[in-house]
Amino acid sequence: MHELAITEGIIRAAVPEAEKHGAKRILEIRLRIGDLSGVIPECIQEYFNIASIGTIAEGAAIKVERIPAAILCRDCGYEGAIERRRVRCPECGSADIKLTAGREYYVDSLEVE
Amino acid sequence: MMEIKIVKQILAWNEDVSEEVKQLLREKNVCLVNVMGSPGAGKTSLIKKIINDLRGKFRIGVIEGDIAGQIDADTIDRMGIPVVQLQTDGACHIEAMSVQHMLPMFDLDAIDVLFVENIGNLVCPAEFNIGEDLRVAILSVPEGDDKVEKYPLMFETTDALVMNKYDMKPYFDFDDVRVETSARDLNPKIEVFRVSAKNGDGAVDFINWLSDQISRKIG
Repeated sequence: MHELAITEGIIRAAVPEAEKHGAKRILEIRLRIGDLSGVIPECIQEYFNIASIGTIAEGAAIKVERIPAAILCRDCGYEGAIERRRVRCPECGSADIKLTAGREYYVDSLEVE
Repeated sequence: MMEIKIVKQILAWNEDVSEEVKQLLREKNVCLVNVMGSPGAGKTSLIKKIINDLRGKFRIGVIEGDIAGQIDADTIDRMGIPVVQLQTDGACHIEAMSVQHMLPMFDLDAIDVLFVENIGNLVCPAEFNIGEDLRVAILSVPEGDDKVEKYPLMFETTDALVMNKYDMKPYFDFDDVRVETSARDLNPKIEVFRVSAKNGDGAVDFINWLSDQISRKIG
């Protein structure tokens, strides 16, 4: 429901960087989005097409790379994937874990000309 | 054609403003509490209960977030509490920038705790930090016991879960243990309370916890 805020965030992140590099047009914007971030990548392109009108990002393609959730368990040392719905160690059940991946929500790189 | 590596958080600007709000409130020694839940879950009723129970202990202010109108702000205003209505004009959540714009309307030297009643919604508000010290998520009995599983981020990121309208439990198929178990699976540190904001049943534990948290924050 707040894809507009997200797309504005993408434009705020991408346009100044592209301009800094002297780009005239942004062709592609690559995002990395974690499975636990709550973002629905499918909606972003639609909103982006509207929000980017009149900027150098107009017409750019949004490419999304999803990142699965992963943890490091401080009790048993397990390192790896977890189920999205249960933020616990899948090996020993401990809650003393550190999330190592899955919350990502950023613009990784741009293709410009 | 050229590739530019940038690695920038998409909502970085909201996070930056959230940090600014936090910094200002730390200087002013004000605790900010973000109150979230569905439309009709009882956010305003719970805030009214908190005001009644804690107004002798803390100086309270309220920001009422709504898409339109100022019904809730009028209710709080009648209690003699400083309140500002924030209208989002359709937006589904409150952003840190909106809170930052509202703060000058309060005398922060005369406030210990500021409650922000977020937009009624279990989805979007969870994604936007607004400079808060504490998050309280309300889930009312009539909404159903599957909502934690369906809207995980809200309950994963909150400090407390208040099951409100608990006095209505006999009339609904509402499994409070299911709610508590699924909430603890997502968020092992969560505090869970069973409350009727309307008649005050069960509220004492929640109010005591909240009071401790506020005291700890403002010293």
